Amino acid sequence: MPATALTCRECGSTYPLEAQFVCSRCFGPLEAQYAEHPSAGDPDAIKRRIQAGPQTIWRYADFLPTDRVPTLPAAGPGGTGGLDGLPAGGTPLVRADRLAERLGLREVWVKNDAANPTHSFKDRVVAVAAARAKELGFTTLACASTGNLANAVAAAGAALGMPVYVFIPADLEEQKILATGIYGATVVTVRGNYDDVNRLCTEIAGERPDWAFVNVNMRPYYAEGSKTLAYEIAEELGFQAPDRIVAPIASGSLFTKIGKGFREWIDLGLLPEGTQVPIMSGAQAAGCNPVAAAFDAGHDVCRPVRPDTIAKSLAIGNPADGPYAIELARKTSGTISEVTDDEIRAGIKLLAETTGIFTETAGGVTTATLRKLAEEGRIGRDERVVIVITGEGLKTLDAVRGTFECREIAPSFDEFETIAEHRAEVTA
Amino acid sequence: MAQVTIKIPTQLRSATGGEGTVRAEGETVQGVLEHLFTAHPELRDSLTDSQGDLRRFVNVYLDGEDIRFGDGLGTPVADRQELQILPAVAGGR
Ligand SMILES: Cc1ncc(COP(=O)(O)O)c(C=O)c1O
Ligand SMILES: [Zn+2]
Repeated sequence: MPATALTCRECGSTYPLEAQFVCSRCFGPLEAQYAEHPSAGDPDAIKRRIQAGPQTIWRYADFLPTDRVPTLPAAGPGGTGGLDGLPAGGTPLVRADRLAERLGLREVWVKNDAANPTHSFKDRVVAVAAARAKELGFTTLACASTGNLANAVAAAGAALGMPVYVFIPADLEEQKILATGIYGATVVTVRGNYDDVNRLCTEIAGERPDWAFVNVNMRPYYAEGSKTLAYEIAEELGFQAPDRIVAPIASGSLFTKIGKGFREWIDLGLLPEGTQVPIMSGAQAAGCNPVAAAFDAGHDVCRPVRPDTIAKSLAIGNPADGPYAIELARKTSGTISEVTDDEIRAGIKLLAETTGIFTETAGGVTTATLRKLAEEGRIGRDERVVIVITGEGLKTLDAVRGTFECREIAPSFDEFETIAEHRAEVTA
Repeated sequence: MAQVTIKIPTQLRSATGGEGTVRAEGETVQGVLEHLFTAHPELRDSLTDSQGDLRRFVNVYLDGEDIRFGDGLGTPVADRQELQILPAVAGGR
C-alpha cells in the first residue's frame, strides 16, 4: 500500500491510516494520501504491473489504501478455502452504436457496472473498505444504505466471514431488501429517508468503535474504491481517457472519485501527453436534485432537499460530497443536470432497447441525462462519451412495471397468426 | 430562554471533557450555540468559520430535523428540544 496518511480536504491536517473519517479541527472529510508510486517515472513499468494483476480492482492495488491484496482462493487441494472478498471490478465497457445513433452522437460507450458480484458499483467501494476494516481489526461490518450498498456489504461480510448490520430506509425496493437479507445480514429498516438513516449511523459509529461502517468511519477507504472505475475505463480504451463521462450523483462520492482517478493517471503519465480529465457530466433526479440545483444557481454548497423520486438509490437529500462534485463539473467545463421520473423510465427503456443492458433507476437517470445533453446540443458531435451504468434493472422492477403489454393467446396457430407482426417475413 | 440538550459527536468530546451531552439555553439555535461556546470555547473554531457561519461539513439537527429545513441558525428552539451536531458524512448507498 503506498497510502501514507489521511489528510483533511478542507484544512490539510494529517492523521494516521485508521478509522478516523473527519478532521477534528474543522470537521472536513479525510482522504487517503499516497507515497510516490513504486514505479513512478516509468509509465510502461506501471502499465506492466497493472496488466500482470488479476481481472478485478486489485490490479490497481498500488493505487488503493490497503496493505494486503485480497485474493480469490486458489483452486485445488492447496487452496485456502474461504473467499477472501468478492471479485469486484473487471466489468465490460461496450460500444453502444445504436444508442449513439438514436441520439445523433458519434461515439457512446457504456461502462456496465451492473456486472459486479452484487450487481452494482458498490462492490468496488466495499471491497476496499472491507479489506481495510479487516486489517484494522474490526469485527463487524455495517453501513447506511439506499439499497445497493446494503447488498454489497452483506455479500462481502458473507465472503469474509464477518457479521453484518445494514441500516436502510423502510420503504426501499423489495428486491434490494431481499438481496441483502439472504446473505445472513441483520437488516434494520428505519422509518425515515436515507438522510435520517445516515444521521443515525453516524451517531452509532461514534458509539460502537468496533463496528466498521463502510460509508461512515471507513469512508476514506471506501471512497477510493470508486477511482477504479476511471482506471478501468481508461485501460479498456487502451490507456486513453474519453472526452466526457456521464455518471450519477447521490452523495457525489462516485462522481468526484472518477475525476480523481483520471487526474492520478494523467499525473503519472499513463495517458497520452496532453490528456485532460474528461468533461464530467453529473446526473440527478429532479425529485432529489440538491447538487444540480446548486450547480445551476452557481452555489458551491448544496441546500438539502427532501427526496421524492423513483430513483431511490440516488435519493440522498444532503450530499456530503456535493461541493466537490460541483467543483469538478465546473473545472472540467462539465454539467450537472436533473431529469424527471418519466424521463428516467424512458432512459431505462432506451438503454435496454439499444444495448441489451437493463439498468436500475440510477442508470435511467444517467441515460436520460445523456439524452437531454444530446438533444440540447451540449455534447460535441465528435466527442467520445462514456456513460457509467451503476446498477442492475432487476433490482427496481417496480419502476418499469406497466411500460409494455404482453400478447396473450390460446395455444393455437390461427390465433398466433392474428397477432404475429412478422408473418410476412416468417412465411416468405 | 429555552433549555435544550446538545449531543456532542465523539470527535469533539475532548472539548467538553469527554461529555456526550451538555445542556445550554437560548431562543434560537444560534443563541444556544453561543451559550455552548461560552462554556466550551474550543468548539467555536471547529464548528464555525471566521464569519460565524457553520462550517460547510457541520450538520445540525433540532429534534432530528436538519436546521437548514427551518431557519438555519435563526431557527427558534423550545424547552427540552434536542440539538444534535454531526459531521456531514453522507456516503453512498
Ligand atoms: C446504483 C447507484 N448509482 C449511483 C450511486 C451514487 O453514488 P454516490 O453516493 O457515490 O454519489 C449509488 C449510491 O448511492 C447507487 O446505488
Ligand atoms: Zn480539517
